[in-house]
Amino acid sequence: MLKPTEVLEKDFLDTRCMLLEIAAMLDRLDAAAQREQTPAAAEDPRLQQIHQALQLLTERETTADRVERLLHLFSEKD
Amino acid sequence: MQIIQPHYHGIARTAQDYQRMAMAGVVAVAEPAFWAGFDRKYPETFIDYFRQISEFEPTRAAQYGIRHFCWVAVNPKEAENPPLSYEVLKHMPEFFDKPNVLGVGEIGFHKTTRNEEEIFEAQIEMALKHNQLILIHTPHLQDKVRGTRRTLEVLAHMKVDPARVWIDHIEEHTIRAPLDAGYWVGFTLYPITKCSPKRAVDMLEHYGSQRILVNSSADWGPSDPFTLQECILEFRRRGHSLQEALEIFHNNPCRFLGQNPKFDIQPIRVQHEN
Ligand SMILES: [Zn+2]
Repeated sequence: MLKPTEVLEKDFLDTRCMLLEIAAMLDRLDAAAQREQTPAAAEDPRLQQIHQALQLLTERETTADRVERLLHLFSEKD
Repeated sequence: MQIIQPHYHGIARTAQDYQRMAMAGVVAVAEPAFWAGFDRKYPETFIDYFRQISEFEPTRAAQYGIRHFCWVAVNPKEAENPPLSYEVLKHMPEFFDKPNVLGVGEIGFHKTTRNEEEIFEAQIEMALKHNQLILIHTPHLQDKVRGTRRTLEVLAHMKVDPARVWIDHIEEHTIRAPLDAGYWVGFTLYPITKCSPKRAVDMLEHYGSQRILVNSSADWGPSDPFTLQECILEFRRRGHSLQEALEIFHNNPCRFLGQNPKFDIQPIRVQHEN
C-alpha cells in the first residue's frame, strides 16, 4: 500500500489532466451557448449534477467516500 | 483520409506503428532530433543519430509507403552542455544537404537556463545562415509559460521570419502570443501531460486553422501516434467537413514544411463533398 506522498506522486498528473478535461468541457458548453445565442443549458439537470459534483469535491474536511456520494448524486432519484 | 504526422520520433517506435499509421491514412512523417532519455556523452553519438534519422529511418517508413522527413539539432535538454553542443553544431550543416532534412529542430528551452539560451541562439543563427526552417520545442508542464515567454523574447531580437518558425507543444495558456506574432504553432497530443484531442479541437474552433499544426510527437515515453486520428475523429464528429479536416491535418503541414522545397507533397482539394 502507498504512502500519501506516493499516491500524489503516482496520480497527480492524471488528475491534472482530468481537471483540464472538465474545464475544457465547461468552456465548450459556454462557447456553444454563445455561438447559438442561447443560455448555457443552466436548467439542464446534467449540468446541475456536474456543478454539484464539483462542489462536493471541493470540501476539504470530509470523509473518504466521495466516489460513493458522487455515484448517488448521479443515480436516479425515487 | 490522407494525414501528415508532422512531429514523430520513428526511431523510438516499432514497424507495427508505421504499418498501422499507413493503414490509418498517414502518408508522411517528419522526425525532429530529440532527447534520447539520457544525456549523451559524445558528439559522435549525435552524428550517428542524425545519420539514422536522415538515412536509415526513411527506409523503414518507405516499406509502408510513408514518406519520411527529418530535422537535425541539439535538443533543449542536452543544450545544457555547451562544449558538447558546439562540437555537434560543427557537423550539422553537412546534413542540410540530405534529401529529407527540412531544417533545425527541435531547439529551444527545457529549464530556460543561460546555457540553453546560448545554444538556442547559436542554432537559430545557423538556421538563418543556411536558410533552414526552425522547429522550437516549448518546455513541459510548470515550466511552459516562462519558457515560451523567453522563447518569444529571444526570437524577437533575432532576424527570423515568423512564417518559417514553428513553435510546438502550445496549449491554451501559451497560444495567443506566438499566433499574434505570426509564428506557426503546434498542438502536441499526449495522453496525459500535453494537449488532448478534444482540447485541440476546442482551440481549432476558437482560433481557426491558420498556421496550426497538430501532431502526436510519438516517442519513447507515454505517447501514442494515433492520438492524431482520435483528434480527426473528434473534429469530424463535431460536424466539420472533410475539406476542413484535410486543411488542418494534411494541407497545413504541406504549407509549412513545403517552404523547404524538399517537402514536395501538395495540398489536397476534395472535388465533391457529400
Ligand atoms: Zn519531439
